[in-house]
Amino acid sequence: MSKQAMSKTAAKSKTATKAKPISTTSEWTFELIHEYDREIACLADEFRLDTYQNQIEVISSEQMMDAYASVGMPLGYHHWSYGKQFLNIEQSYKRGQMGLAYEIVINSDPCIAYLMEENTMTMQALVIAHACYGHNSFFKGNYLFRTWTDAGSVIDYLVFAKNYISQCEERYGIDEVEAVLDACHALMNYGVDRYKRPSPISPARERELQKEREEYLQRQVNDLWRTIPFQHEDEDPKRKFRFPAEPQENLLYFIEKNAPLLEPWQREIVRIVRKVAQYFYPQRQTQVMNEGWATFWHYTLLNTLYERGKVTDGFMLEFLQSHTSVIYQPPYNSPYYSGINPYTLGFAMMTDIRRICENPTEEDKRWFPDIAGSDWVKTLDFAMRNFKDESFILQFLSPKVIRDLKLFCIVDDDLDSEIEVTAIHDDSGYQAVREQLAGQYNLGNREPNIQVFSVDLRGDRSLTLHHNQYSRKPLAEESTEEVLKHLHQLWGFDVHLHSLQDDVVRQSFHCPPMEEDDFDFNR
Amino acid sequence: MSYIVDRRLNAKNKSAVNRQRFLRRYRQHIKKAVAEAVTRRSIMDVENGEQISIPTRDISEPIFHHGRGGRHSNVLPGNQEFVAGDRIPRPPGGGGGGAGSGASDQGEGMDEFVFQITQEEFLDFMFEDLELPNMVKRQLAGSEEFKMRRAGISNEGNPGRINIVRSLRAANARRIALTSGKRRQLAEMEKELATLEAQEPELRDHKRIEELLASMAKLRNHISRVPWLDDFDLKYNLHVKDPAPSSKAVMFCLMDVSGSMNQATKDMAKRFFILLYLFLKRNYEHTEVVFIRHHTSAKEVDEEEFFYSRETGGTIVSSALKLMKQILDERYPLSEWNVYGAQASDGDNWNDDSSICYDLLVNDIMPKVQYYSYIEITPRDHQALWEEYESVRAAWPDSFAMEHIVDAGDIYPVFRELFHKKYA
Repeated sequence: MSKQAMSKTAAKSKTATKAKPISTTSEWTFELIHEYDREIACLADEFRLDTYQNQIEVISSEQMMDAYASVGMPLGYHHWSYGKQFLNIEQSYKRGQMGLAYEIVINSDPCIAYLMEENTMTMQALVIAHACYGHNSFFKGNYLFRTWTDAGSVIDYLVFAKNYISQCEERYGIDEVEAVLDACHALMNYGVDRYKRPSPISPARERELQKEREEYLQRQVNDLWRTIPFQHEDEDPKRKFRFPAEPQENLLYFIEKNAPLLEPWQREIVRIVRKVAQYFYPQRQTQVMNEGWATFWHYTLLNTLYERGKVTDGFMLEFLQSHTSVIYQPPYNSPYYSGINPYTLGFAMMTDIRRICENPTEEDKRWFPDIAGSDWVKTLDFAMRNFKDESFILQFLSPKVIRDLKLFCIVDDDLDSEIEVTAIHDDSGYQAVREQLAGQYNLGNREPNIQVFSVDLRGDRSLTLHHNQYSRKPLAEESTEEVLKHLHQLWGFDVHLHSLQDDVVRQSFHCPPMEEDDFDFNR
Repeated sequence: MSYIVDRRLNAKNKSAVNRQRFLRRYRQHIKKAVAEAVTRRSIMDVENGEQISIPTRDISEPIFHHGRGGRHSNVLPGNQEFVAGDRIPRPPGGGGGGAGSGASDQGEGMDEFVFQITQEEFLDFMFEDLELPNMVKRQLAGSEEFKMRRAGISNEGNPGRINIVRSLRAANARRIALTSGKRRQLAEMEKELATLEAQEPELRDHKRIEELLASMAKLRNHISRVPWLDDFDLKYNLHVKDPAPSSKAVMFCLMDVSGSMNQATKDMAKRFFILLYLFLKRNYEHTEVVFIRHHTSAKEVDEEEFFYSRETGGTIVSSALKLMKQILDERYPLSEWNVYGAQASDGDNWNDDSSICYDLLVNDIMPKVQYYSYIEITPRDHQALWEEYESVRAAWPDSFAMEHIVDAGDIYPVFRELFHKKYA
């Protein structure tokens, strides 16, 4: 595809009347950034990319390390784990093991994108196209982001969170706050709602509500525990009502609302971590699409600029060099292999959708009767808006992409002494590869499915979680025990976790460990 | 239209707090690493930062994830030789989903988390909990030195401290105050005179004119007699004397360089001296070091010669103590200097000399120093010198310390022991 596009553009540029390139050197200036941004914005408009207002911030490499370390939050609360992240990045950057990302872009309105001052003009233009028009339009258009994040208020919320947590540190001490945050971070992936839409809320209202919530919640919690009728200890256990009535998958939410011993400020911290987790939830589910979309658009936008003579040959060479290294996919047996490169897969799929729309083959017509020959801009836009990685792959991974990437499926079963190759890139394998790959991006398969099963309201107040094993995959023991310690700290009473396979308990974890479980709650 | 903002001048240390939090959380690990580094390092780079590594296990942030086992299916790119149905022997060590989806959870396979701390931080960790004995005492009680400090303006003072601007301003004000009435009268008279003189000559009131001229002359005379600068106009800069704690320290390094001391022993002594020096440097604004080496006679030398030249011959320790006393009397008045002594030796001394050392120390040196430490670097038994010094320690238990060192690894613990915070 890229070769095709290049030769086509080369042919065109010969015939096109010579337009004056925007710049001819690799030095950037603020005027030039403005100008490139203006040109790219015009093109983006032609391609009907709908974006938030852009805010481009030029920063130094040290600042980039800071931004990097705070995992994409423009202002994060203080926590040692970000310090660890920072040290790690600093170390590998100084040793030259790793270059810094060219850009970081924040899902906010206005959409903040960071450009590094060390970049050349070409790289700045690439980043503008990639982040400010690619990612930005994805944030604004994709249904997951529309449902789960509120770009307009996220910055304000983070400010609120940061201030709240530092107030707590002043009042209750750094160690206290750190303990709660550690515990919450361990459960962060289990702090997201998957099926409800949270109503966006303004930060001022958030502050107001926070106070009310504090009082109300504490009352609720006490109520819950107050209703325990002590007289009925000998009641028939089968008639015992179960709490919660349905299993709960949002552990942090459950803790925030029901943990008996938490102070109001601790609940608020649980809530903050939960909200942050929710904010990042769509990003975790759309990595391939998001990067693919942004890469597709920087490629398309910059090539169009070239066709119109706005950029020089040198610009294009530098751009293509960088572009090809971004979308390089090492094969499975290469020492550089570390999973499927989301840029490669996403870009290959996006470009292939365009190809299917513009030049469909017989095979494409068979596989994609709906989109073969349709308007590619509309089709891509539709795909961007209405899918996440899993469904996107299931819907759009074409035989051609499977062949190009030479994808194949293996099954590694501990009951089998050998690894089996179940499908490869051939006619009989396409469908299987597609399904397997889609499954690989299903967060539900990747992360253990753990839910709150019950609370022993009338007994020792212990909390029981259930893990439903997927393909007989067990829980990793050491880390599970560690996480349970954190959970135990938040819950305040015993915590049990059973790992079930077809309703048979395969693994059990307890905190505190069962052997010394002679804790007296009536003390 | 996009906003373009230049943020390069904004603070770049946004992560500093988080970094500090990390160091705080793992201070035990870091302290241990620093202690090890001090014993391991070559002498010249004690003042550098240090690379710290912490086992990844200790700093991991646990999350729920899948363990080994079960059925892992995986899609891989770059197939070259496989067709559907191929069976591949499991790569060694990879049981149950080695390349499975769980791999991403474990992070990179590094066993150690490695990072760099700065020299500043390194030294902080190194000196944590340490404090020079009695330093506080001397700093607070022994404040025989003063510092002048500005304290505004006063009406008295010595001529060297006149504040010219303030004085002239005061003089100006006084002059205006004393002459303004007279100047007003003078101005009125001048006006009157002018009207009188404007009349026709024959109509002029000559008597009045003369009267006016006379009183004007008188007024002018009065005005001119107001002094331009008077005594009480003078303002002086006021300086007050504040007692200033002495912030200067001198450290005497005494070392035996006789034939019995080999280079390894001297290296060990050097480490000890460097630790002491660094410690003093951080606690005093100004630190000087005097190097005295001795065999049968003592000599003040520079650092290079102190550590690296070799002499042979016998050992008379008292020669060094005598020289120290002499230098102390000549150059370092006790009102200004905090004196520290550190002596390293292998314990060899001519037997009759040791008692002289005792006398010198107890009578002349110990009363003057904040602290005196003696380290004996020898694998052999103690000799007479050690015994004499033990009685010095009995006489000055707070400010005299002695330790026995066998190899380089002993130095840092001994150093800490010697200077361990004393809870009064």
